[in-house]
Amino acid sequence: MKNGVGVPQNIVLFGGTSEIGQSIVSSLVQPGVSHVSLVCRDVDAGSAFAESLGDRFDDLSVGVVRFDAADHAAMGSIVDEVCDEGRDIDVAVIAQGVLAEGVDYFSHPEKVHEVMAVNATATISLLYALAERMRRQGYGRIVLLSSVAGVRVRKGNSVYGASKAAVDSLAIALDHELAGTGVSILVVRPGFVVSKMTAGMKKAPFSTTPDAVAKIVVGSVNASKTVVYAPSVLQYVFGVFRLLPQAVWRRLPLG
Amino acid sequence: MPKQRLSGWGRTAWTVSETVHPSTEADLRSVLGDATDRGVIARGLGRSYGAAAQNAGGQVLMMAGSPVGSGFALDESTGVLTAPAGMSLDDILKHSVPRGWFVPVTPGTRFVTIGGAIGSDIHGKNHHLDGSFGQHVLSLRLMLASGEVVSLSPTDRPLWFWATVGGMGLTGVVLDATIQMLRIETSRVRVETERLPDFDSVVAAMSTDGDDDTYRYSVSWVDLVATGKSMGRGVLTRGDHAKASEVDGKDILAYDPKVRLAAPGWAPNQLLNKLSIKAFNELWYRKAPAKRHVGIESIPAFFHPLDGVRKWNSLYGTQGFIQYQFIVPLSEVEVMRKVIETFAGQGVASFLAVLKRMGPQNSAPMSFPTEGWTLTLDMAAGIRGLPELLSRVDSMVLDAGGRHYLAKDSHVSPVAVRRGYARFRDWQDVRHEMDPTMVWNSDLARRLGLLNKGD
Repeated sequence: MKNGVGVPQNIVLFGGTSEIGQSIVSSLVQPGVSHVSLVCRDVDAGSAFAESLGDRFDDLSVGVVRFDAADHAAMGSIVDEVCDEGRDIDVAVIAQGVLAEGVDYFSHPEKVHEVMAVNATATISLLYALAERMRRQGYGRIVLLSSVAGVRVRKGNSVYGASKAAVDSLAIALDHELAGTGVSILVVRPGFVVSKMTAGMKKAPFSTTPDAVAKIVVGSVNASKTVVYAPSVLQYVFGVFRLLPQAVWRRLPLG
Repeated sequence: MPKQRLSGWGRTAWTVSETVHPSTEADLRSVLGDATDRGVIARGLGRSYGAAAQNAGGQVLMMAGSPVGSGFALDESTGVLTAPAGMSLDDILKHSVPRGWFVPVTPGTRFVTIGGAIGSDIHGKNHHLDGSFGQHVLSLRLMLASGEVVSLSPTDRPLWFWATVGGMGLTGVVLDATIQMLRIETSRVRVETERLPDFDSVVAAMSTDGDDDTYRYSVSWVDLVATGKSMGRGVLTRGDHAKASEVDGKDILAYDPKVRLAAPGWAPNQLLNKLSIKAFNELWYRKAPAKRHVGIESIPAFFHPLDGVRKWNSLYGTQGFIQYQFIVPLSEVEVMRKVIETFAGQGVASFLAVLKRMGPQNSAPMSFPTEGWTLTLDMAAGIRGLPELLSRVDSMVLDAGGRHYLAKDSHVSPVAVRRGYARFRDWQDVRHEMDPTMVWNSDLARRLGLLNKGD
């Protein structure tokens, strides 16, 4: 149960080894949080973070649950698993995703499926599984890590961009559908985030860090917002980008 | 059934429940028969500040004004009152005051129901002498989760009676109660007001060594903004129902409570900020007479000043506010000083902070009051760093053997209840006996794990 000063009691992170996801959870953890579940592919990699979190407060327990981020059919049972012992999910952070930067989809069209399976199909299934659970709870907040790449898809990482566009627009529609249930979704659209996911890539303008994204999420999680950008200036940048005629967009030196 | 977004009076932690307006016992039984694993809770007028009377994903029995239970009856010769659980103190007072009877205990608002008064075991300015509401309940009828109706009193199934008093609605739904009212000669209160320059003088004036026990009602407003030498300064108001000889006029039992103002529903979130609250506190202190002053006040002015402003809780804007009330034993007055210093030092401004010395605890394991000092303050829920600050104060309170009032609570941890309420596990055992299938549940119960045994 969340409390009256905006602290969620139980937090679940899907994509438990995601740097941005971990930063968000670290910032959300404060007195009043009693349980954090990390759902990740690599349990060993998640455990180190689990230990460091658990050390911060005496009353805080942290669990690690294994999942396959591409297995859309398993999302319902994963949600059930993190709710064992009758625990509600107060805040769920969805940070799973693959970037697959630089993949030549012309030569390897089979790779499309890998990206879409995790970023779109499985994530959308997870959104529905969480929404159903939270609707029964009568409240809940889902934080979905989207990307500005999905706001206007560009060449170069078009599959990634299209996967984010799919999950981003679905989440906004689902949030609408959940009106009156006490459940809502916060779609977070970071720009270029300097992290291990983007190691070795050329920094884009308005690049940000996992901690800066976390700060924006913490500031919005208790507000009645549906979409936030990180950094927030990207809201205006992409407000322009999304309206540009394709002829102009094609001429922009973006990637 | 309609779904409804509910919160407590503090307007934080909103959740969605199915709300039911029962008008017969059969309605209640049908809800209980359909209960899901999210459970059921009764709600009165929603004056608990936190999440005590809401039940996310489950069902909420809207009892305020419900005709369920026996009819209203006041024996004018003995002052024995029987009222349905959904009846408010406001309705009772309108009937009883002109007939010379007052409720034995009233909190700072008359807009609470009988059921809520029992479930929270409310207290008032007379706790040091008269105890809490439950001590004046002669008997009550409770519907259990099974649908069975039982009569409970301090002599008839006393364990179940005292588990229900202060039991936050988690033992059953009260249908009606019989209460011993207090005889009054007039509808006025003789009030002595006195300004006290610092914390020490407030404590000295209210301590057992002084003359505090000669006043039926006693409470001190405390300035939680003042620091340094004025830290903890206050305005002490004490009094009793005025005698017929003290009041002029013909109709000495006239009672006409009015709601004079309505707070705007759209107050900006920063209206009650540090500056405006500081100004208010200064004004409130200065407004009180510097020397002890005796006056005659009306019942609403003395007991329920905030009821004069409808929906005053929306003054904090959309962020809502929390009320923090704790108690520490009489011997731990230094901890109380440290807590006040901590709040004042952090600049966490409080609009309404009151200090009171409470009398002995009653037989209810979950009843809040116990011999000691209680402080009540409110603050905007959105203040930065509030969770850390409150958690620090929680530890100070619990380390001193104190505890928190569940009817006000909106943030303490499950551990705080287990440390603060020595007989919590006894209460859980009795509660379990009364509701073995765990039908009763609330957001408060869920957050504090009140139903979870063995942890």
